Amino acid sequence: MKSKYLLGDFGSTWTKLTAVDCAAEEIVGTAAAYTTIETGIEHGLAEAKDLLLSAHPEFAEAEFRACSSAAGGLRMMVAGLVPELTGEAARLAALGAGAKVIGVYSHELTEEDGEEIMANHPEIFLLTGGTDGGNKACIINNAEVLASLKPSFPIVLAGNRSAVKEVKEILRDCEYHVCPNVMPRLGEIEITKVQEKIREIFLNEIIQAKGLSKIQSMLDNILLPTPSAIMKAMELLSMGTENEPGIGELLAVDLGGATTDVYSIADGSPSAMNTVLKGIPEPHAKRTVEGDLGMRYSLQGIIDAAGLLRLEELSGIKRERIMELTTDLRAHTDRLPETKELLALDEALAKAAIEIAVRRHAGSLEEVYTPVGKVYAQAGKDLRDVNKLVVTGGAIVRVEKAAEIASYCFYDFNEPNSLKPREADILVDRKYILSAMGVLAQSEPEHALRIMKKELSHE
Amino acid sequence: MSNGKHLVIGVIGADVHAVGIRILDFAFREAGFEVTNLGVMVSQEEFISAALETAADAIMVSSLYGHGELDCRGLREKCEEAGIGDILLYVGGNIVVGKQPFNEVNERFLDMGFNRSFPPGTDPQITIDCLKKDLGVED
Repeated sequence: MKSKYLLGDFGSTWTKLTAVDCAAEEIVGTAAAYTTIETGIEHGLAEAKDLLLSAHPEFAEAEFRACSSAAGGLRMMVAGLVPELTGEAARLAALGAGAKVIGVYSHELTEEDGEEIMANHPEIFLLTGGTDGGNKACIINNAEVLASLKPSFPIVLAGNRSAVKEVKEILRDCEYHVCPNVMPRLGEIEITKVQEKIREIFLNEIIQAKGLSKIQSMLDNILLPTPSAIMKAMELLSMGTENEPGIGELLAVDLGGATTDVYSIADGSPSAMNTVLKGIPEPHAKRTVEGDLGMRYSLQGIIDAAGLLRLEELSGIKRERIMELTTDLRAHTDRLPETKELLALDEALAKAAIEIAVRRHAGSLEEVYTPVGKVYAQAGKDLRDVNKLVVTGGAIVRVEKAAEIASYCFYDFNEPNSLKPREADILVDRKYILSAMGVLAQSEPEHALRIMKKELSHE
Repeated sequence: MSNGKHLVIGVIGADVHAVGIRILDFAFREAGFEVTNLGVMVSQEEFISAALETAADAIMVSSLYGHGELDCRGLREKCEEAGIGDILLYVGGNIVVGKQPFNEVNERFLDMGFNRSFPPGTDPQITIDCLKKDLGVED
């Protein structure tokens, strides 16, 4: 067993490095350095490494492993037939694999869609549609449209198995990978195999093609897209391993500058007899990404979604002043809250972003009056009994009131139909280690789990 | 042995009668049909989405609570809109309020675009025979 690991996280502007001593199950140190793709990620890494090694020279020979969201992350587009069925299953599969979903298509792709696809150059296209033995026409049409584009991106085919033979024939000049249908029977989703395939393509092709570095050994050690690493860490923390129990069902929020990601590792099926589940059952490990909610680049999205009134209420700052301050923040995305006023505004923005992101992630109830009395129709996951909340993300892990901010995602009696956690222990990722633990979990799951249990701070 | 024909079945509207639909599910499967059972409280849109994904040959609407007439209105038109205008539509159960002569009821549902309607107490075998006839299934 290797004992010392250096775990990297290549972001679009920062490279983070975490030194882990597995034998002691300890985070020995962390460092970060500014990177750009233009100069190659090795420069940022070297700088971060220097910082770490000067304090901990014993890590010079440590094993290196990493995850990456550099150069735009993993950009995917997906296509299904009915938006709420195979379209949604495909979207959930791609998000769960850690992708940035830049396009979701339903029904038959048109020529215009084809142009849009080429203009946005996805790195993987997930083609689905039809249950097994069901509709073939849609996926066949869509394969034809994709083939006509002479795509340079790989296509993951995970639709109606009765159409696979024909679709393979249509795609014979393209790179394609065949996976089991994301929706083999109506209302059942099967996305694990697709996600494994996406990860494999990410490792074997996309990392190589991104021009992140000229140093092959460095590329060989990138194991996962960063969101996928966090997903792995959360699944491990929730479910544990054979010898080490997990902490049970949980919700995790990653509040960043550009997006707010929410993960739930929970069953979420209806808890009451008088509740009927509508729509597709969502995966046990579910990830959503709110591209319009971020503390700097997507700040306007928070204002639009929450409303100035809500921000005024949360921050105690007058709306005219909020407008002034946010205009300034948008122009200077690297600004940290150095005044009391800015701090109050940042806290309000964070509360609003978390509140909205979790509301969108959680399921909802609708009351239906029937001749036999009131019943409820549930869409999505019921997270009311989930009692662990993990918070991470650059915008929150160093904020003193992280736990108070996070508590804004709890169940609210003013919106009783939104199925958010009633109350939960809040665990703050103070050392910002979750992505590193997801990477470590690939080879040392038990150590990664115990380190997370130790290092996440109960607040 | 499957006869290759696919049915989407469910109880429409705010109706929560859960037993009958399971009996029908069983009976249709036994008769050789592939069945997607959407259960209770199914909206028109859910019937249509399910029929699209599964390339169903028929939509079988159940209604037990008397509001079927309201719930079913416009289903054929929505099927046409969704590109499955030719799909076979059946409805059965206590599909109208109170006791009304069934030939009048039948007439109204045919006008709405249903291919067949069935009164309360219909033996599933009768529906199966109609399905086989309409879908051209040989015994």
